[in-house]
Amino acid sequence: MIATGDIVDVLLLREYNTALVVLSTAMLGFAAGCAGTLLLLRKRALLGDVVSHATFPGVVGAFIVMQAMGLDGKHLPGLLVGATASGLAAAWATSALRKATGLKNDAIMGIVLGASFGAGVAMMAIAQGLPGGNQAGLESFIYGKTASMVRDDAIMIGIGTLGVITISTLLCKEFRLLCFDEAFGCSIGRPMTLFDGVLMFVAVAVIVLGLQAVGLILIIALLIIPASAARFWTDRFTWTMCSAGVIGAASGWIGSTISALEAKLPAGAVIVLVCATCFMVSMLAGTRHGLIRRWWRQWRLSRRVLRQHLLRAMHERSPEGTLGVDTLVSMRSWTPGEVRTALRRALGSGDVTQMPDGWRLTEQGRTSGEQIVRNHRLWELFLIHHADIAPSHVDRDADLVEHVLDSQLVARLESLLDASAETPESPHPLEGGAS
Amino acid sequence: MPRVHAGNALPRGAEHDDAAPLSIHDLTVAWDRKPVLWDVDLDVPEGVLACIVGPNGAGKSTLIKACLDLVPAVSGEVRVFGKPYRRHRKRVGYVPQRESVDWSFPVSALDVVAMGTYGRLGWLRPLGATQKRQAMEALDRVGLADHASRQISQLSGGQQQRVFLARALVQDADLYLMDEPFASVDAATEQAIVDVLRQLKSQGKTLVVVHHDLQTVPDYFDWAILLNMRVVAAGPVEETFTAEALRNTYGGRLTLLEQAASALGRLGSGGA
Repeated sequence: MIATGDIVDVLLLREYNTALVVLSTAMLGFAAGCAGTLLLLRKRALLGDVVSHATFPGVVGAFIVMQAMGLDGKHLPGLLVGATASGLAAAWATSALRKATGLKNDAIMGIVLGASFGAGVAMMAIAQGLPGGNQAGLESFIYGKTASMVRDDAIMIGIGTLGVITISTLLCKEFRLLCFDEAFGCSIGRPMTLFDGVLMFVAVAVIVLGLQAVGLILIIALLIIPASAARFWTDRFTWTMCSAGVIGAASGWIGSTISALEAKLPAGAVIVLVCATCFMVSMLAGTRHGLIRRWWRQWRLSRRVLRQHLLRAMHERSPEGTLGVDTLVSMRSWTPGEVRTALRRALGSGDVTQMPDGWRLTEQGRTSGEQIVRNHRLWELFLIHHADIAPSHVDRDADLVEHVLDSQLVARLESLLDASAETPESPHPLEGGAS
Repeated sequence: MPRVHAGNALPRGAEHDDAAPLSIHDLTVAWDRKPVLWDVDLDVPEGVLACIVGPNGAGKSTLIKACLDLVPAVSGEVRVFGKPYRRHRKRVGYVPQRESVDWSFPVSALDVVAMGTYGRLGWLRPLGATQKRQAMEALDRVGLADHASRQISQLSGGQQQRVFLARALVQDADLYLMDEPFASVDAATEQAIVDVLRQLKSQGKTLVVVHHDLQTVPDYFDWAILLNMRVVAAGPVEETFTAEALRNTYGGRLTLLEQAASALGRLGSGGA
């Protein structure tokens, strides 16, 4: 059982080693969120996966070279230089192969990813054969191993994150142009190829920094998931990047905290799971495109449509009279259940009153009903006179449009049709007998 | 590259007008070795509202892109106000095809229009109040001022087209190259766009517009380029827009030209 005190200690970074790991992964998460947004908007998300797998032969290659030169084969900066080189080479190879062969992007990415990772695994066998070469530990780059992180690693990740933030801020406008409309950027003479190169470099740098913490298999998740989650919250380029950074940082912080408390859980995997949870929450609760918001709006619209159908039906049949449920059901294709629901709600909002022999519109209901009938008929007349649609067909069209006519559109219809304030006569016979 | 002589606007060897806003000299462009434009040779005089018409695959968009250095030319050259395009970028405004970008991209209409100021702004410098004001004015000119902060996917097709037009207006250019600005827009938008084009022309600007609706050509434009891989005719609408020239443009390509192009294309893709 984990004591509450431990959780507070870890969250508040009271213990040095954990603090190091938690801070590093949070910074890494922020950088990955920013870089991931760029990759995603550039439609290069999976290129990140190619690059991350391609860092492996670079790591092993650097180990072999350093060992052969009589240096410490596991000198981390050396290994990461190797990873960067082979990652960049893979990114370049992907675009060069596409240009040279005309093969589809996904095929090319599969080829480069598979070939380079395979090369890395094969090179591991060579590394094992080297005299005095203890290559044990290189595998930790595959799955990540936060426990091996030291102060220098944290500083490196910190500098890398600052670099990513600086470049993204300075080139924000250029990246936006590159991702949105590259051809236009070229036409105004911007060095789009250079910006594309910088963007790829930023992505490769984040991947290399994340190798130790998250590992090369899962780093792609840290790039793509926060960036995708951020799109549910905002429609602005800069805000997408910032929110993705925050989601990434929070995932890093929470994920490595959980892993510090329960030592058997690998940090990389937990961080990615926290990311995925953030994504689920964003997908549901996102304030711009979240599903809950969408469902809520659809529900509200269907309520409004039902109310307007009821008021129009009652007003067209008899504005002053009392109507039974059966009469209303016969007026359009709706079920008795829908009619009763609509009546119950209308009673609650004061649009109708219940009489002993049925339902009647209140003053308020009559006014709204009048308005809805008027909009409906204005639209029908517009369709007949300006869109050449047969009078027998306009009812159903108007049935849909009447609910979305705002006052501005109604005013334009009025001036177009030269309509008076009166409600025009229906251009077609009303169902269930005219009033 | 074989040189095929096919009815050019200028007689071979004729002098080009150095001051012309757009002067194309023997331009040949190929995609993967398959030629899409052969020996295009013409001058567009100053202050005209010109259209490029021709069937699908005639190379209309390619011609515009070649003028902007967006696709490499196999041979020939394009001059803008007497200089290569890269020397006169700021005098040229560009409206790409609407389908060329992803409209779900997280930017507002104002953000897109403001991109028209980037050319003058230089990089590393953020957008200032001046640029935003210019972008707002351009949006106002195309009748979208109250849609400025909308995310671009919430705009209708016609409104998106007008956003692109506004971006070109912000460029404040002397020569405008537009790729199908009337594609799939409603009648009201079409009228709004035509009004803006006429305004630009009355200010002495030169416009070259890829157009697909032959019926409206005599009404909207005063200059026409009839294109089908090569230039069939180019000049004032009343002279060039004849039944015979249209038949030559649309009624069956020069089959020999077509076959030669395909043969070259096969060579390019490894001789399948």
